[in-house]
Amino acid sequence: MCGTCGCAEPPRRLITLQQGLLSRNDQQAAYNRQHFRSHGLLAVNLLSAPGSGKTALLEQLASRWPQRPVGVIVGDLATDNDAQRLLQAGARAVQIRTGDLCHLEADLVERAFAQLDCSGMNLLVIENVGNLVCPTAFDLGEQLRVAMLSVTEGEDKPLKYPALFKSADAVLIAKADLAEAVGFQRQQALASLQAVAPQARLFELSTRSGHGLEPFCHWLEQHLPANHGQHP
Amino acid sequence: MHELALMEEVRLLAEQELRRAGAQQIHRLQLRIGSLSGVNPEALRLAFAVVMANANPSGEPTSLELEVVPTLCFCPHCQQTFAPADVIHACPRCGALSSQLLQGRELEVVQLEVS
Repeated sequence: MCGTCGCAEPPRRLITLQQGLLSRNDQQAAYNRQHFRSHGLLAVNLLSAPGSGKTALLEQLASRWPQRPVGVIVGDLATDNDAQRLLQAGARAVQIRTGDLCHLEADLVERAFAQLDCSGMNLLVIENVGNLVCPTAFDLGEQLRVAMLSVTEGEDKPLKYPALFKSADAVLIAKADLAEAVGFQRQQALASLQAVAPQARLFELSTRSGHGLEPFCHWLEQHLPANHGQHP
Repeated sequence: MHELALMEEVRLLAEQELRRAGAQQIHRLQLRIGSLSGVNPEALRLAFAVVMANANPSGEPTSLELEVVPTLCFCPHCQQTFAPADVIHACPRCGALSSQLLQGRELEVVQLEVS
């Protein structure tokens, strides 16, 4: 019975929670991070808009990375086209078909990782669903977050989608070989990136010519866990 | 539209608390959303209307209170906090760019009113 007026309505109570909406995902991500580390893996979350060239970059990485094979978990709404491309390029790839989910979550990554044979591997790349907004808030357990922007998308993307670029450890400007053809304002892009994401390392590269891939690979190597290669 | 996925989490959390409290109805739900959390408040309201449509057995709708937390940065040079004017987090005193975010990424359930 209500304490104020004696009516039949039960009294209302306040429950203070102060709990993160993503706490379940964050716990799973913390578990993933530990799990990847125990396997001696450097885990990278790769994010960009659809069509920026994430898969093309990984095809190149699959043949250039010093310790092959490279592991890839790839998320798309539908098809396993990307996983097929990556397998042909020599990577070990597992496709996650998200259905109508516009981002990857940590538990999806854990399930996909269970299907991946990671023996002899020290690099795992999680290719997120192509989207500059939704994947940003979801920690997958990665050690590094890499955002990618291709010159065909225009130089103002970092200003339009600041949250993703602010959360990135590195930003790749891809398809640099097309910059002139599409009138890409390089200086403006670099200035916006440095202003929006001062914490991020910047790399300009072209997956077609291979130009600029070496410095990026070198930067990744510097982040390899100390115990890599020691796991059976 | 990841707001729908986030709101599903809110519903799970709320139902869990409802059971724990031995209550039946959620009258009000208060969320705290940082301005840099990547969440659109309007999309979140829409997702709330969809996900929480039949949350109460009485049919009474649950009301949503959204607190939007403004971005707050720290300038290591001036040793001062500041609210950036836009997405470029430049200190208004010295102009240096700050990557020390003190608030603005929040995504929290703050409070529930139940009976």
